[in-house]
Amino acid sequence: MFKRDPEDGTLSQDVTPPPPSVTETERDELRRQGILLTTLQELYTWGNSHSVWPLNFGLACCAIEMIAASMAKFDIARFGSEVFRPSPRQADLLIVSGTVTKKMAPQVIRLWNQMPEPKYCIAMGACAISGGPFKQGYNVLKGIDRFIPVDIYIPGCPPRPEALLHGLVQLQKKIQGFKLTGPDAPRHFRDDQPCNCPVPEFGEHDLEPPANPAVWTAPPAIVRKD
Amino acid sequence: MESPEQIRDRLLVQFPGAEISVVTNPGIAAQHSLLLGAAHARAIAEFLRDDPTLRLDQCSNVTGIDWPEKEIVETTNISTPDPANPAGPPTVVEQKTKRLQPGFLEVVYHLYSITHRHGPVIFRLRTGNRTDQATVPSLTPVWCSCEFQEREVFDLFGVTFVGHPDLRRILMWDEFKDHPMRRDYVEPDDYEWEPTPHGAVLEKTKAHYPTPPTPAAVAPVKGAAP
Amino acid sequence: MSVPDFSALNAERATPGARVREVHDSFHGDLLEVSMGPHHPSTHGVFRMIVTLDGETIVKLKPVFGYLHRNHEKLGETVTYLGSMPYTDRLDYLSSMTNNWAYALAVEKLAGQAVPERAEYVRVILAELTRLLNHTCLVGFLMQDCGCSGTPLMYAFREREYILDLFESLSGSRMMCNYQRFGGCRVDPSADWLAGAQKLTDRYGTFLDEFETLLTGNEIIMARTQGVGKLSPELAINAGVTGPMLRATGVNYDLRKVDAYGVYPRFDFRVPLGDHGDVYDRYMIRVLEMRESIKILQQALAGLPAGPIMDPKAKLRSFRPKAGEAYGRIEGPKGEIGFYLLSDGSPNPYRYRIRPPSFINLTVLEDMCLGHTVADAVIILGSVDIVLGEVDR
Ligand code: SF4
Repeated sequence: MFKRDPEDGTLSQDVTPPPPSVTETERDELRRQGILLTTLQELYTWGNSHSVWPLNFGLACCAIEMIAASMAKFDIARFGSEVFRPSPRQADLLIVSGTVTKKMAPQVIRLWNQMPEPKYCIAMGACAISGGPFKQGYNVLKGIDRFIPVDIYIPGCPPRPEALLHGLVQLQKKIQGFKLTGPDAPRHFRDDQPCNCPVPEFGEHDLEPPANPAVWTAPPAIVRKD
Repeated sequence: MESPEQIRDRLLVQFPGAEISVVTNPGIAAQHSLLLGAAHARAIAEFLRDDPTLRLDQCSNVTGIDWPEKEIVETTNISTPDPANPAGPPTVVEQKTKRLQPGFLEVVYHLYSITHRHGPVIFRLRTGNRTDQATVPSLTPVWCSCEFQEREVFDLFGVTFVGHPDLRRILMWDEFKDHPMRRDYVEPDDYEWEPTPHGAVLEKTKAHYPTPPTPAAVAPVKGAAP
Repeated sequence: MSVPDFSALNAERATPGARVREVHDSFHGDLLEVSMGPHHPSTHGVFRMIVTLDGETIVKLKPVFGYLHRNHEKLGETVTYLGSMPYTDRLDYLSSMTNNWAYALAVEKLAGQAVPERAEYVRVILAELTRLLNHTCLVGFLMQDCGCSGTPLMYAFREREYILDLFESLSGSRMMCNYQRFGGCRVDPSADWLAGAQKLTDRYGTFLDEFETLLTGNEIIMARTQGVGKLSPELAINAGVTGPMLRATGVNYDLRKVDAYGVYPRFDFRVPLGDHGDVYDRYMIRVLEMRESIKILQQALAGLPAGPIMDPKAKLRSFRPKAGEAYGRIEGPKGEIGFYLLSDGSPNPYRYRIRPPSFINLTVLEDMCLGHTVADAVIILGSVDIVLGEVDR
């Protein structure tokens, strides 16, 4: 079904799947009778979405709630994500749990670059989204999405563990919607999209560059109402 | 425990010629402090630590304070007798003199005695100015608790501690050039200032969006009262 | 206590290389420099240390800070006095209630604000609950660092949830309580809440028994922690070490007794002291302190007087203390947490300085780690009890 190109190593499907001849209701009916019909794509994304292993990486206060989510009461294991890996090489999910300072930002991006595809990023908490309560600080990065692509944003300061679990379920839904081929396929199935982000340098007054233009553009100016 | 005045008198006996004065604290807390000259600071600190009645063996807290140059306007009334009518009321001319109070950096030490369970004894050191004479003697050789705190003051305020064993930046990265806790520090302008009603933030917002919006540009908010 | 020779102590610290211990010389190799952190599962956040090793022995260790430097002090100068209260929650995010109290105490000193009796009692109750929470979590993390993967931490977090439920029902937030005000507390605890706190207090001793059965007599933990990371009382005092770290070296200095702030003099409790100053002592001190906290909680809950929770004369809006300065400190779970405030009469402080206990406790990290192995450095760091939000501020 899949063929790997010997030149550039991309996957391609050599047979275009026929249009589905069985409707959803018919499939449900068959499933109740004990016959499971599925496609490779569904099987793949189902497996992928239920074994998202997060990186064991805490930044600030939100990290404590992340740990709490993995403990007895909230039990992230119910969603298949209890395996917190200390090494980025073994992790699928970067939970940016807390304030990213400018001093820390290059390290976070380096960790992201070290994670193998497919990889996902959750920005947990107001700080990771936008700088949060510390937005006016001189050493605080105003949102990790200035440097790396973020899949799910979880607001809160800190978000409750339930919110993190909800974010995880949303991520799973997102993964389940992925196409394996074609122009809608996610980053890790396409050549034209880089999976690494450039790491900024420490400058004399700020990070250089202060944002990665490939993933972030400044939002349109907010119109002031005097 | 002795009052700051008593300590000063005792120190003056011990160190004749040292510059020691009492800085009164006008607030309700009335924690008065001693202002020490740089020349004898180290010897005085050792005396305070080892003196049997004081025995201030713990230096709890080291604080940097920035006092920028201040323009002080003094108004004086100069009365000159009227030359035509010397007996009449003199003409009073109000004269304003502007005086530039030079800026300096200040380091405040809070000392406690664990042996005698008393404190705090507070003393301050001042630099000559904020640029080329921003030095004070380091007290790390007297209390090693000052080691990191003096590095912090060096990093954020730019006070050079003469005699510190390892004076490097501690919180910001080494390439950083500014001293962010100084009051004239200008932080990199790297985010869209939301129009919030807070004083300082609102001012910055105005600078960001200098043109007042035309009413047409203000999108109507759904559900808002007309 | 005898007169320690501080000068020799400091001269040794100040001379580079003077503290390098005798090293096993079967390894004739170069020194190896290892960078641990800022992403390392055992550094409790984004702490980093640069360790120089001779074989497996640490001969030099330099902590690197600033990876969570969130500019608390600068922000504190741009907001009003009350506006800084939520920021103090985020300092030591495991014990927001004591941070709130320390800040409120400093401002009350600055402004000469009185606090009603009921509020003082409620503050004590919340501070001791925070101490239970912090010490329980610390023991869990420390055991995680020792290699007890998961189990003690799981128990610790189970108990943490019960305490957080109390905090949440009182203040509306699990971790960031923002509960204390200048001159009292924000809301009055209800009878139901107090009954819940009483239930938790009654039960906590049983949990501690269970926890201690698991850990205290455990042979592996003893072998792993006893004699590791010793700290002498002289160095601890000179380096400004406070809190359980200081008391583990045998120095009897607890601000609840020394400063007698709040209503602590009314309660009968003891100050546990260690005598070796090693990691095991630091663990034991925390367990014993939790037992004393339970005692204080019982007395405070029993003696809680009726009355207002806020001083009626307290000003919340347009709060402008007179020009002046004040330094207020309390005994936080990690040590002396203090705030130094300098007012120039405006609504914002001119200078807002935090005295961070775990930052200053790290001054002696190198002294404790020299001559040990990397694996020991991990548990020594764990026993210091750092929270990076407070170390880097
Ligand atoms: S969002 Fe709030 S809780 Fe999370 S890291 Fe930021 S300040 Fe801490």
